[in-house]
Amino acid sequence: MFEKDLLIKIAYLVASVLFIMGIKMLGKTSTARKGNILSAVAMFIAVAVTLLDSQVLSLTEILITILIGSILGTIAARRVEMTAMPEMVAILNGFGGASSVLVATSEYWRMAHNSALTMEAIMIITVVISVIIGAVTLTGSFVAFGKLKGIISGRAIMFSGQHALNAILFLAAIALSVMVVLEPNAEVYMIGVIVIALLLGILTVIPIGGADMPVVISLLNSYSGIAAAATGFVLNNQVLIIAGALVGSSGIILTQIMCKAMNRSLANVLLGGFGQTKAGVTNESGEEIVVKEVGVEETAMLFDSASSVIIVPGYGMAVAQAQHIVRELTEILEKRGTTVKFAIHPVAGRMPGHMNVLLAEANIPYDKLVEMDQINDEFANTDIALIIGANDVVNPAARTNPGSPIYGMPVLNADKARTVIVCKRSMNAGYAGIENELFGYPNCLMLFGDAKSSMTKVVSELKESVTA
Amino acid sequence: MNADTLLVLLYVLVLASFVGFELISKVPPTLHTPLMSGSNAISGITIVGAIVASGPQDWSVAKWLGIAALLLATLNVVGGYVVTDRMLQMFKKKKK
Repeated sequence: MFEKDLLIKIAYLVASVLFIMGIKMLGKTSTARKGNILSAVAMFIAVAVTLLDSQVLSLTEILITILIGSILGTIAARRVEMTAMPEMVAILNGFGGASSVLVATSEYWRMAHNSALTMEAIMIITVVISVIIGAVTLTGSFVAFGKLKGIISGRAIMFSGQHALNAILFLAAIALSVMVVLEPNAEVYMIGVIVIALLLGILTVIPIGGADMPVVISLLNSYSGIAAAATGFVLNNQVLIIAGALVGSSGIILTQIMCKAMNRSLANVLLGGFGQTKAGVTNESGEEIVVKEVGVEETAMLFDSASSVIIVPGYGMAVAQAQHIVRELTEILEKRGTTVKFAIHPVAGRMPGHMNVLLAEANIPYDKLVEMDQINDEFANTDIALIIGANDVVNPAARTNPGSPIYGMPVLNADKARTVIVCKRSMNAGYAGIENELFGYPNCLMLFGDAKSSMTKVVSELKESVTA
Repeated sequence: MNADTLLVLLYVLVLASFVGFELISKVPPTLHTPLMSGSNAISGITIVGAIVASGPQDWSVAKWLGIAALLLATLNVVGGYVVTDRMLQMFKKKKK
């Protein structure tokens, strides 16, 4: 029996090393896929040796459960659209959090109902921490999922006394946690802690506006890792702590990157309400924005005479499924010697790096995708900036208008291009709920309509001009 | 668990966090989404705890909670790895 325990522990060590190597390789484009497979192997090893654990006496139902979970997980992962990746990550995060709560509660229940076991204070504290973080991750992720999916309003939901309510609930959670430690056998306190933590998860994500979702998703990703690490303390299991800490720190780094890209502090995002109070404000100068419309033929002519084009894609392009026709446009332009690049804002899309995945799916080579800092100076020497489905990330008010709610946020300087063509369905404000003064600029032309059908028409116009 | 064990676990936590920060601080934006879904799958490591919690032969509340945890953790792990691989495959294809 002793030797089996030792074997399990050594296997956990191997798994920990593989997780670290896997996540390291996941950080380089050339090795990323191998890295992911390596970390999957680590997970497989950890699961396989745990089945040998002396506490595991009934393999049948465990294997059946794993089989069901694997089948459902594979189907979901195969079917999910790339536009829906943020929702997928949010819901999987929620499952991870739920799993941490359930494991910690199960451990607690087992101890509370075994009179032979006395529960030490340290043990109970780790259980309580694990339960709270897991529960916040669970409901927070589900609210984020609902917001991304549009089941819950994407706008920031705020009500008076919200912060006071959160503070009271937080204090209540601490008070109840103390009671659990003092009276470990009274389950009612533990249930109270779980319920309050679940509520806190909902209340802390609800006031965060849709435009801030990349930050929230990254932060919840970090929480799910911290929850796993906390469960590791409950079970005295180092592989959980190591894997959890890796995920926790990667989530925090991504959260920081996202905050920086929006010029916001994390506290500012979490306190929420962004884009809600300002929703009614029109453009700050008080004048109405007068826009110039352009048709597809004229657009095609402009492209015809351009020698350099920068495309600024946004989430709207993906929603319209226009990425494939955009690739076709890119190919046609390049055949004529026009240089085409893509400018990617760090928060374009609904999660970090989302736009890169969507363009990769359309077979657009990733060396064409240029980061904001590298491309911003190039706009001034560019004939056409084509903006498809992006809005807030090209709003010059972020540079010029200190009164704008997004003032200070790093934006793409698309307005500096000789001609700006904005492909957009209507004059509606962007996800942040702010008017864009770029649309009224003298060098800006609006191409109204669905991105996919507009681009399809432009492409066929361009093709005709070749044959003619 | 005594204070010594707790301290050892805290050491592990702190050191692993530092490793994590070092490893991930320089990831190109192209990989942000796969990194997130891939690390998401790793956070499903609670599956190990779920297996132990599902271990007893008698169907107690503790075991039911364990089985529920196991199902969700498996979804998290398998779904996370498969979808990450799907994304990374697309990145790879286009290198030509």
